Amino acid sequence: MKDRNWTRREFLRKASLAALAGSSLPLLSSCTKEEVEDFLQKRFVEMTPEEKTRVIAKLEKRYEQRYGKKFQISTQEAPPDTVWGYGLELSRCIGCRRCVYACVKENNNSRHDPQLQWIRVLRLKRGNLINLEDSEHFYDPDLVPEPGFLYLPVQCQQCENPPCVKVCPVHATWKEPDGIVVVDYNWCIGCRYCIAACPYKGRVFNWADPNIPKEEVNPAVHYLGNRPRMKCAVDKCTFCIQRVRQGRYPACVEACPTGTRKFGNLLDPNSEIRYIIDRKRVFRLKEDLNTESKFYYFFES
Amino acid sequence: MEALGGILKETWHFYRRTLLLVLKGNRAYYAWCLSLLAITIIGFLFYLKQHDQGLIATKMTDQVSWGLYIANFTYLVGMAAAAVLLVIPSYIYQFKPIKEIVVLGELFAASSIVMAILFVMVDLGRLDRFWHMIPFIGSMNFPQSLLAWDVVVLNGYLFLNLLIPFYLLVKFYYRQEPNWRFILPFILLSVPWAVAIHTVTAFLYNGLAARPFWNSSILAPRFLASAFCSGPAIILIIFQIIRRVSLIKIEDHALFKIAELMAYAMFVILYLLTAEIYKEYYSDTVHLAPFRYLFEGLHGHHYLVAWIWSAMAMNVVAFFIFLVPKTRRRLSTLNLGCVLIIIGVWIEKGPGFVIPGFIPDPLGEIYEYVPNLVELMVSFGIWAAGFLMFTLLLKVAIPIETGAFSHVTYMEGVFRREEEDQAWRIDRPIK
Amino acid sequence: MERRVCGLTFVLLLVGFFASAAHGVVEEVAPPPMTEGLFPCSNCHASMETNRTKRELKEEHTDIKLHHAETMRWCLDCHDAKNRDKLRLYNNELIDFKESYRLCGECHGNLYKSWRVGIHGKRTGSFAGAGKRTYYLCASCHDPHAPKFKSLKPEPPPDRPRGKPL
Repeated sequence: MKDRNWTRREFLRKASLAALAGSSLPLLSSCTKEEVEDFLQKRFVEMTPEEKTRVIAKLEKRYEQRYGKKFQISTQEAPPDTVWGYGLELSRCIGCRRCVYACVKENNNSRHDPQLQWIRVLRLKRGNLINLEDSEHFYDPDLVPEPGFLYLPVQCQQCENPPCVKVCPVHATWKEPDGIVVVDYNWCIGCRYCIAACPYKGRVFNWADPNIPKEEVNPAVHYLGNRPRMKCAVDKCTFCIQRVRQGRYPACVEACPTGTRKFGNLLDPNSEIRYIIDRKRVFRLKEDLNTESKFYYFFES
Repeated sequence: MEALGGILKETWHFYRRTLLLVLKGNRAYYAWCLSLLAITIIGFLFYLKQHDQGLIATKMTDQVSWGLYIANFTYLVGMAAAAVLLVIPSYIYQFKPIKEIVVLGELFAASSIVMAILFVMVDLGRLDRFWHMIPFIGSMNFPQSLLAWDVVVLNGYLFLNLLIPFYLLVKFYYRQEPNWRFILPFILLSVPWAVAIHTVTAFLYNGLAARPFWNSSILAPRFLASAFCSGPAIILIIFQIIRRVSLIKIEDHALFKIAELMAYAMFVILYLLTAEIYKEYYSDTVHLAPFRYLFEGLHGHHYLVAWIWSAMAMNVVAFFIFLVPKTRRRLSTLNLGCVLIIIGVWIEKGPGFVIPGFIPDPLGEIYEYVPNLVELMVSFGIWAAGFLMFTLLLKVAIPIETGAFSHVTYMEGVFRREEEDQAWRIDRPIK
Repeated sequence: MERRVCGLTFVLLLVGFFASAAHGVVEEVAPPPMTEGLFPCSNCHASMETNRTKRELKEEHTDIKLHHAETMRWCLDCHDAKNRDKLRLYNNELIDFKESYRLCGECHGNLYKSWRVGIHGKRTGSFAGAGKRTYYLCASCHDPHAPKFKSLKPEPPPDRPRGKPL
């Protein structure tokens, strides 16, 4: 008697599932082959080299159709014995925001609806550096620097102990061997848990399809970096992964008119950043949270 | 072969009867179901708009990246956990008056979980990538990510709260004694599992060092206590409706027992809230800012102040209603207390919890989040869908429980038809 | 031609100087920011008389307002009196404009030390690999006659979230 009841219930359950599956068939069949491929795409780190080549080719074609430029998507890996570090001299930042817009251009960020800026420059009153609640984000004077204030640019700190990596439910974000925390934009499900977890507001969300003016698109991209994203994926500063892995300075370092920003390999004893850490008074934001950020602020004067 | 044919016939009859049960009712039933269906469809249409545009159709931003959807999710997980409060006295303490109605409470928990899961689904930016969260097929970040834990425990709880009532109802349908050695372990498991779902939900907020408003140790106890206030409150109201519209007998004694347990839980929420407020206001560090935003307003922003103070007032009044035996044992004041605590806890645990966590954001910026029409309509749609599902489940479960819908009537019908068949075949020998 | 040979030798010298830090990166100097049409200075000054009196210039170079320790020094303390195409160090050594940092470093020693390893001032291009790195002279960012950094107009602030004013 018990077995008969089991079979009946099992049957009920199986029948319902079959009905559900059957009703979803017409939905699936209306998708194109490419949409199915997109849907089933694996995580970047789990792809074989052939799959990677295929995905890159598909994306390059898609970007060319959309933006009219020939894209070159690099998948260059981290160089050996490298951990990138960043230095920022607070005594020299004048708050001009040239870094913000150079980054936006280099990294194909959405310009409006939503406006995504990976760098945020805060203006603080002199005498206070830690209580960021008193910061001003929207200062717009005629000339900077304004007397009595200092400027603190903040971006993703590429933590060694990143809280965002810890909380991502699908392993869409991870720390590369050279220390850069990257996002696989095609794997991210858009739950925004990482944005809640980041103590520096380093991560932003593509609330809609990005709006990038076609003529300003930068076609030299990296799969994990500045390739044009899609709606509802998280992105963040990647230390210009497309540049630094080829040995070039990040865009913000080159754009700064006062030479505030310094970049280098923390494992190279002759690099600029090591010189700074060894000789200057460096500190990192919110060090008590133990994130081991790689973004060292310092003062010369 | 004949046995299979028999099984198919019975199953088909079962489906047909459930469909008839669900589609037939009095006017009030039709009005209720059709309006819920209408709200659900409207919500779905708004969701399609959000799906098309992207989440920019909501009012969430990089500063406040979780809004009404996650607020409702948090509240509903609490509601689902509350079914356990019925299970414990009935099965563990063998408190007879509650035993018959546990199944209905568990169906309510299942509907709550479905609503909670729906809220997460509409909040996800890329729902088409949900399969990334399935372990072994996708890549679930278990055990590091608390959201992965949440997916596991919520689905497990849904499974438990569908298995147990369905098993018991099917057994009752066949007029058989349930095999307690099979089902009792599941029932007992649902108790720690209910605690687990809400603890995991609390932990996913609790573990974020970046959000000092959430990063407090008593978050999990607060969540559980508030769940044990609001969930049983709505169950009390639902049971009173059930005993009015059906033949199920629910004694007042059972309701008052539940209310008594709720009184303890209400004391706990008020006590823990006091502890939290004392610690923040007395220490007076920078981490006081979200609390000041919530209770006083910060730098001229004060949207939530009126809401939270009304919630405080509602919770305190409800506590006293439930504390004093006279008001607790009178149905009119009891119902008032239930409504107050439901709304009060929703405000305190939903928007009054999720939104101040983001204000001010880690860089000190303040964005006052107010949900827009899309979010409101989708939220109403999901609540309506959950209640509709619960109504339809009850429409089948209650006749099974009262015995009006059972295998016995089916067998009687079969036996009668066989007799009629025999009566027409005079040439066939009667067996 | 002369300048090009000078520049090439100079670059080679710098390559040797920075070799340990560069890992094969070719160092390149940004050109000194000369005013249009004035260099080489000897075009005019070779035929002129040298007047060593400290005074305010009234006939030429009136656009240059010296605001750099002007109570203690004037033009001919840095520019060589006899050869205006060169700058003069304390030990009377004459240096090219491309090496003007040596002159700045005589007074601003700490900053010069920092600049030499690249932590003061600006470098663009490649810091590793087989690329080219451009370093900027002091004079590229600081006008030697009025070195204090000029204020800039900042780029626009970020949009308010959802257009809500603070």
